[in-house]
Amino acid sequence: MIDTQRTRDDGSTDRSDRIGARNLLEVTGLKKHFPIHGGLLGRLRGYVRAVDGVDLFIREGETLGLVGESGCGKSTAGRTIIRLYDVTDGEIVFHDPMLGKIHLERAGTAELRRVWMSMQMIFQDPFSSLDPRMSVGRIVAEPLVVNKIARGSELRDRVAQVLTAVGLRPEHVSRYPHAFSGGQRQRIGIARALAMSPKLIICDEPVSALDVSVQAQVLNLLEDLQNEFDLTYLFIAHDLSVVDHISDRVAVMYVGYVVEVAPTEELFRNPKMPYTEALIGAIPPPNPRLRSRPVKLPGEVPSPANPPSGCYFHPRCQYAQDVCKVERPPLRQVSPGHYAACHFAETLSLRGIPTLTSAVPAVTMATASSVTPTPAAPAVP
Amino acid sequence: MATVSTGLPLGGVAVQKEESAADQVSQWTLMRWRFMQNRLSVGALVVLILMYLTAAVAPFLSPNDYNELDTDHAFAAPTRIKLVHGWPSVCPLTQTLDPDHFKWVYEADCERAVPIRLFVHGAKHRLLGLIPTDVHLFGVVDVPPPAEAAPSASKTAAKDSVASLLAGLGGQNVAGAASAQAETKAEKPPRLFFFGADQQGRDLFSRVLEGSRVSLTIGIVGVIFSLIIGSLLGAFSGYMGGVVDNAIQRTIEIIRAVPTLPLWAAFAAALPRTTTVTQRYLLITIVLSLVGWTGLARELRGKVLAYRALDYIAAARLAGSSHLRIVLSHMLPNAASHIIVIATLAVPYSILGETSLSFLGLGMLPPAVSWGVLLRDTQQIQSVLIHPWMLLPAVPVILAVACFFLLGDGLRDAIDPYS
Repeated sequence: MIDTQRTRDDGSTDRSDRIGARNLLEVTGLKKHFPIHGGLLGRLRGYVRAVDGVDLFIREGETLGLVGESGCGKSTAGRTIIRLYDVTDGEIVFHDPMLGKIHLERAGTAELRRVWMSMQMIFQDPFSSLDPRMSVGRIVAEPLVVNKIARGSELRDRVAQVLTAVGLRPEHVSRYPHAFSGGQRQRIGIARALAMSPKLIICDEPVSALDVSVQAQVLNLLEDLQNEFDLTYLFIAHDLSVVDHISDRVAVMYVGYVVEVAPTEELFRNPKMPYTEALIGAIPPPNPRLRSRPVKLPGEVPSPANPPSGCYFHPRCQYAQDVCKVERPPLRQVSPGHYAACHFAETLSLRGIPTLTSAVPAVTMATASSVTPTPAAPAVP
Repeated sequence: MATVSTGLPLGGVAVQKEESAADQVSQWTLMRWRFMQNRLSVGALVVLILMYLTAAVAPFLSPNDYNELDTDHAFAAPTRIKLVHGWPSVCPLTQTLDPDHFKWVYEADCERAVPIRLFVHGAKHRLLGLIPTDVHLFGVVDVPPPAEAAPSASKTAAKDSVASLLAGLGGQNVAGAASAQAETKAEKPPRLFFFGADQQGRDLFSRVLEGSRVSLTIGIVGVIFSLIIGSLLGAFSGYMGGVVDNAIQRTIEIIRAVPTLPLWAAFAAALPRTTTVTQRYLLITIVLSLVGWTGLARELRGKVLAYRALDYIAAARLAGSSHLRIVLSHMLPNAASHIIVIATLAVPYSILGETSLSFLGLGMLPPAVSWGVLLRDTQQIQSVLIHPWMLLPAVPVILAVACFFLLGDGLRDAIDPYS
């Protein structure tokens, strides 16, 4: 992947060019609780705290990776931010290019429809995200038609343009989703998200359902589209190598809240929260001669319906002390740009790994894709 | 797009998939293709289409007026067709009473056999309910009666007199006809009874054809009512959730817990007795659909619930679609195939429902004719033993119901190849 290499080799300049100074999205204390009903009368039994105090911000043009185990609430967080779900508590501030500063958590339907013109989503499952009864042309055109942005030949041109941008052919408009492979379907989903020229795209595990070889294609497509259309991504994933590949900064979630945020390299090299240490310690080392020594976590991920007291991670944390059982640490800045939710973020010396890409370029690609054998791989035209 | 084309080394490769005709077609076309492969279902569809066509032109196909009384042919067995000079012909019957068994005995006199002809003039009817005519596809040409009643094709008055003289004009002036019959007994032409005659000498074949008009359509009209009630309540139930959903679902459970037949009977007993045939017909369809909507509502609720959670609905919301648009352009097109299948599989139950109700005397009432009404005559087992052809109206019921089931199965396989 010449492309990837370019981004990686002179990544610093490339990124700082792309990333603006302004925040595009600020999320503070976001909570989304789902009620549990039970018993004969369906009485309220409690809440699943799927998202329980997420704090993050995304700068214009950057990619923020949001990682965590299955069920930690990262997808719910993404869907709540874009307001597919109602907000239980917290603030979502979106700096809309047209509408200005918008408080999404209390936006009404009409306002949301306007916000969704500059904020879109790419879904995980390329099969359930496309209406099987609609042709590709109608799927991609839907946002343009509904919002009365284009019609007739203008509409056709726009659809063709977007399809070309994602690597499909304009002739594909008359086909139906069943005629496409998973990777191609994901491209259709991306085309639909791009149709309105949004600023922010929430990518909800866009490559998890794809084959490893196809993952790399889609990731590269996303990177290229970002450069071309000045997109900002909230990239939700559970695969650290994927996140490492695409993200400028990474936020780690555990049972509904963000426990650590840092620039990608910094996070991998120098984690400040024991959960992050365990997470990146579980990445198998690229060299088969090396034996990995993953930090073994005792116990299970707690249920978001019944989270532990204090720091949600304390029952599994080898560094836990009494204060951890009582008080949940806030997400605070530990060093410039590095935020962690741990009482002992400054004092603990946790084991990171050299960032995957810079140390062993082949490995990132081996996990994120199986396409690039060496950095010197020739470009395919 | 320069960056994209260089940045997508594999993009071009990835999308170069085999182009086939199947890629371009809609789901509906795919379903049609899959359906056409199921020969049994296609056959059932053809049979059903033929049955409905038959029902549409029933009077044209009937050799006799379905209400024409003919006491000279009470309980006449299905007519034997005899070949005279290589032409299918009908022998006149003479009726005598067997005093030992107290039943009618018929004797054929094939010396005076009369050929069956195509496009004969007979009782008046309206073709497809529109075109007034007296032409029937086939029938027995009258023996030219002597004297004044010689057929003069141009004069309708003359034809009318012939008809009233010979056929008694469809039971409408039975008394007059009866007296006429008494006078002209000797000259009466032979009658053609494919399925035999009933107690009043009415042609069972013509009655079955006439009955198919009610029995075949009542099923579909009933299902249409069910469809309206069921899809409204089902979609509402699934979309709203919560208390509404609970209330509707519990109601459905209660309705389903009651055995169907007593429930029909209860509804039918509540109907006013003094109604016209058309009113009765509509009321019966409503009774059928009041019981039949539950299954459909359940299925549709399930579908709506399933679709609500799908990402393409979320994507449609993000595209700015209103709830109405989502239901109309995403949920309904996706559920349409299921609704069609459920409806197809519901029609036979509706047909059986009408037949059962009419059989019990709770549905259509004479003089209206339906298959159930015809089968009422078989309620006396003695009658069936002596006149087994009275059971023939059950054959089209079985045929129609079986065909609808086969059709529904085929449709279900076509829309959902994985189940």
